[in-house]
Amino acid sequence: MRGPDALKKAEDNWHTDMGAWFSDGRTVLRGKDLFNELDDLSWFKYHMFGITGKMFSDSQINLIEKIWTLTVSYPDPRLWNNRVAALSATAGSTGILGSSAAIGVSEAKTYGNQVSKSAIHFIKNAIEVDSEDKNLSNFLKSELRENRVIPGYGRPIIATDERIQPLLNEAKKYALDKGPHVKLAFKIEKLLITLGYRLRMNAAGLIVALMADLGFSENEFYYYSILAFSSGIIPCHIDAANQKEGTFFPLNCGRLNYTGVEKRHW
Amino acid sequence: MAKEKEKITTKIWYEEPEADNPFAAKVSYCSGYDVYGELLGKISWPEYIYLLFKLEKPQAWQAELIEAVAVAIANPGPRDLSVRAAMNGGVGGSTAASCLMAALAPGAGKNGGAREVYQVMRLWQQCQFDLQLWQQNLSDYKDELAVEVWPASEHPPGFDPYGASCATPVLQTLKHLTTIYSDGALAYLSSKREQLERSANCPLGMTGVIAAAFTDLELSDEQAEMLFLLLRLPGAAVHALEQKKLGWRKYPFFGDGLTLTNDPGPVQPVQEAL
Repeated sequence: MRGPDALKKAEDNWHTDMGAWFSDGRTVLRGKDLFNELDDLSWFKYHMFGITGKMFSDSQINLIEKIWTLTVSYPDPRLWNNRVAALSATAGSTGILGSSAAIGVSEAKTYGNQVSKSAIHFIKNAIEVDSEDKNLSNFLKSELRENRVIPGYGRPIIATDERIQPLLNEAKKYALDKGPHVKLAFKIEKLLITLGYRLRMNAAGLIVALMADLGFSENEFYYYSILAFSSGIIPCHIDAANQKEGTFFPLNCGRLNYTGVEKRHW
Repeated sequence: MAKEKEKITTKIWYEEPEADNPFAAKVSYCSGYDVYGELLGKISWPEYIYLLFKLEKPQAWQAELIEAVAVAIANPGPRDLSVRAAMNGGVGGSTAASCLMAALAPGAGKNGGAREVYQVMRLWQQCQFDLQLWQQNLSDYKDELAVEVWPASEHPPGFDPYGASCATPVLQTLKHLTTIYSDGALAYLSSKREQLERSANCPLGMTGVIAAAFTDLELSDEQAEMLFLLLRLPGAAVHALEQKKLGWRKYPFFGDGLTLTNDPGPVQPVQEAL
């Protein structure tokens, strides 16, 4: 048995190089003084520094930030995560409760953070396969056989993805569209179509390729994406909060399609 | 022709509307039973929980087992990670819901939380009553998925990574639950506990006991994960309320507990802008 030794050592004893506040008025993040060394950073640059410990260039930060703006900030309250914020508002709950619950819900399998985590893992594996001159077609086929999906390819509801081109334009603007992962992402799309799979690259596929080309690890990318949906979520709360309570897509009793057992007695 | 309105498909719930308002239910049925006309006042809360999850009336032992589990895990105490998160909400005067949401986040984890219960449920599905298989899995536990949002497991699920020996409340709970149902996973766990602990190199933990109970109740892994989250909230709620009243001055801040290993030290005082 390992026993409680590790807990005994850790009691009132947290060692960290991440950051701290000092009662003399200083705050340190990753070894840098907030008020003297980090005070000129934009919020987003500071955010990325906190997550990765890396100081990105303005061009890189613009692209990283633009990924959020262009791909995951849709203010449509019908989208499943956004709807949580709207439902909270129409129920008379607070903006933070609704928005934080919606962010939690964004960690989803059919869309959202679980997908993007799989997508960056996939593209990083794929580039190894491709660079080692292994057979990319066989790799794709085995991925589909094992997981039934290629993360970053295909999309629920509609087949194409309107976010690809604007995002690509943005990457071009900063000359960040020619990295090896982005090239591979398009090569995979072509290959999937050649192989007969109707799976076009979706925004997540391009996002993870761009981010991998910027040097993001899988873990860094996961933490980067935590707040990604927030700019779409919060307007949905505001919108529903500004309208009459309870009127956001109300459902009458007839809107239940009951498929259970007949009426019975206990 | 008007397009048919979209509906929520459910096996759980059916409603008949009031004559004067289609948005107000006159009668609500849970799996065929009239909830307010018949069940209210007739069935216990554990019976209703069983009905909601399984869509059938429980046998007496099944309701009794849910009730005992609910008591056992209602309050893991104020040192527990999920309860501490809730108290952090309370002590700062946060909203009630945020305190419970705070409890759910650590309470969902692989270290003593609902994801650990899920993992043990998966082990029961895979190993059933095969001791050798259990021992293999516990001595070299591997996460099922290479890529997931959950962090990698650091100990065999169901066992206490920092335990010196099986904690008394865990043993008491296992013993009591086994008296309620002595012909399944709980009984197997009772009889093989020491062998399994040797393979896991850790003593049995509460998540291991509760997962055995949920296996005996034939809950799915996802149902077990959800019910565990739900049943642990009462303690989080009351401890959050208690700390809210007491205030932050009486609550640990760990003022001297943090060591910053890369502190650059005072740089230059920030000059007042002219």
